[in-house]
Amino acid sequence: MKTNLQFDFLVDKDKNTLTIRREFMAYRQLVWDCYTKSELLNQWFAPKPFTTRTKSMDFREGGHWHYAMIDPQGTAYWGYTSYVRIKPIDYYATWDMFSNEAGEVNHELPRGEWIVRFMDKGSHTLVESVITYPSLHDLETVINMGMEQGMKTTLEKLDELLQTLK
Amino acid sequence: MRRDVFQAIADPTRRAIIALIALQALTPNALAEHFDISRQAVSKHLKILTECDLVKQESRGREIYYQLEMKKMKEVDQWLEQFRRLWEKRFEQLDELLLTMNKRKK
Repeated sequence: MKTNLQFDFLVDKDKNTLTIRREFMAYRQLVWDCYTKSELLNQWFAPKPFTTRTKSMDFREGGHWHYAMIDPQGTAYWGYTSYVRIKPIDYYATWDMFSNEAGEVNHELPRGEWIVRFMDKGSHTLVESVITYPSLHDLETVINMGMEQGMKTTLEKLDELLQTLK
Repeated sequence: MRRDVFQAIADPTRRAIIALIALQALTPNALAEHFDISRQAVSKHLKILTECDLVKQESRGREIYYQLEMKKMKEVDQWLEQFRRLWEKRFEQLDELLLTMNKRKK
């Protein structure tokens, strides 16, 4: 699907920060729900051909989202998000970490601090994610890991999905 | 030693050096004129950039000229572009979900 929705993707190498802004054609409450309810996150969070599976979620300050991104071969990549601050439907702040199936955090892999803000843009919603890593090397590691996943992802797979959803 | 490309381009002086030699090959002395830092400091930055294969040296007579390794710079761009595409895909999936949810409500 090609649209003219705002999409900014900025890497600040001085602050080890990634800023991602994206406009969505929906009201804020609906977009907020898609970001904060596991049954909805499961439907979009992992880029195809990966799928998302939530093991447990407790959306409150001090709570968490423990999930896996699963590749077509069935290999699961576990993530663990800790919710630090939540102010519905304005923003939430988290620590995003790599983990295992048991929910044990992998401290050798970078931990990212996320601040996700939701803003009205007419009848649309603008979501801004600011992701900060402790060092540039951590940011580089995460980009590399993301890129490996991206390489496995094919556009054809996405097209297939879009066809079935229509 | 393995150098981190991201680290290399994180430094503002090194980014300025890249911008200058992108236009034309320059000697360390010519480069140093653009900065309030010593010739030695410029050489140190050039050494780091060379170790990352972001710049290459070329001897012309007695002078050494530094020029940008365009291929490597493009690699850095492509690397970020891949990551950007990953997010693009993720958001397109959310677009579809929002679309079906909006339809259901009506």
